[in-house]
Amino acid sequence: MCTVCGCGDAATLDRGFHFHADGTIHANHHHHHGPDLHFGLGAAGVSVPGMSQARLIEVETAILSKNDQLAAVNRARLAVLRTLAVNLVSSPGSGKTTLLCRTVGELQGVPLAVIEGDQQTANDAERIRATGAPAVQVNTGKGCHLDAEMVARAMDALAPRTGSLLFIENVGNLVCPAGFDLGEDAKVAVLSVTEGEDKPLKYPDMFTAARLALLNKIDLAPYCDVDLDLYEANLRRVNPGIEIIRLSARTGEGFGAWTGWLRAQLLAKALAA
Amino acid sequence: MHEMSLCEGIRSIVEEQARAHAVARVTRVRLEIGRFAGVEKQALSFAWDIVMRGTPAEGAELVMLDVPGQALCFDCGREVDIEERLSPCPLCGGGKLVPTGGQEMRIKDLEVI
Ligand SMILES: Nc1nc2c(ncn2[C@@H]2O[C@H](COP(=O)(O)OP(=O)(O)OP(=O)(O)O)[C@@H](O)[C@H]2O)c(=O)[nH]1
Ligand SMILES: [Mg+2]
Ligand SMILES: [Zn+2]
Repeated sequence: MCTVCGCGDAATLDRGFHFHADGTIHANHHHHHGPDLHFGLGAAGVSVPGMSQARLIEVETAILSKNDQLAAVNRARLAVLRTLAVNLVSSPGSGKTTLLCRTVGELQGVPLAVIEGDQQTANDAERIRATGAPAVQVNTGKGCHLDAEMVARAMDALAPRTGSLLFIENVGNLVCPAGFDLGEDAKVAVLSVTEGEDKPLKYPDMFTAARLALLNKIDLAPYCDVDLDLYEANLRRVNPGIEIIRLSARTGEGFGAWTGWLRAQLLAKALAA
Repeated sequence: MHEMSLCEGIRSIVEEQARAHAVARVTRVRLEIGRFAGVEKQALSFAWDIVMRGTPAEGAELVMLDVPGQALCFDCGREVDIEERLSPCPLCGGGKLVPTGGQEMRIKDLEVI
């Protein structure tokens, strides 16, 4: 049994990934076995004999280069499939899953699938599956973001169809997912009107990385004294090129613009050489 | 940010390099960290000792070199150096700047024996 997630029904894969009967993938608990290797035991900075022979190795490699390589593989797979991958990023509770459920309903006839990323629970994948769309849950354990390898595993499990739409709902977190390329075509940031107009300024990296921002829960705007124009001005301050759509996943207001954006992107991907 | 996973990324690259160059010990690792990379240096050096334990870089010195922030100003169209992500353009005072440099997180070199 895995001591991190407590699961006894899972087939353990390498690097700690394991699949459950319900399709949930658990990542990121490293099942380390065997003895540790110990080199050069001792405190940092301890003087080393033969130090005069020290030499320099030029590395010049990005720290996240492994993730970037795996993301490039995902991107190539998606290009062959002409499948459009949209990475939804936001703080927890901005309405990503609610938005996806309604989007599935409004895109009848468009083949689509969903990868759900959360630290714990399969709730969100279950909510998606209840709409009839295929979904796979990736639990990141302590991980604060999805990475390219997790998405590759989830794509193996989902086997997206040619010319389809693949939604990736990232872990709710406005910081870490910005730095991890998953191979997606676009990051779409969801920002709900109850979060405060200053969020783009406080978390600029996420909104800089996003192509489109969805300003969600506008049905609540009259109740919470918000300035929607200020949200937009702050988004454009950190990312002058960002596209913005105001909508409500609850009432469906603004969804025409969102589904129109998705259809246009899907068409562009289909036409891309 | 996720300093622990950054350290794990560094570890796997350092281990690969150590194998490829038949290195017994890595005594110093130099990183280049951009001003806008969002790296919490203190958290990174805290995670460092733990993550490098049991690797050829156990006990190695960690050096973080700053890379200045650069941005393209959407108001005057020029590339400028800025201190903070939300600093105004030093040339025209404009407020819409998109980072063009200073986001890197790279391993520069290793000192080995
Ligand atoms: N009024 C209103 N409520 C909404 C809207 N969209 C989502 N909600 C509510 O916001 C809460 C969180 O929604 P979720 O869809 O679970 O949010 P999420 O971003 O998927 O959350 P995590 O995956 O946990 O980060 C739920 O109670 C939703 O019903 C909206 O447009 N208007
Ligand atoms: Mg959700
Ligand atoms: Zn300027």
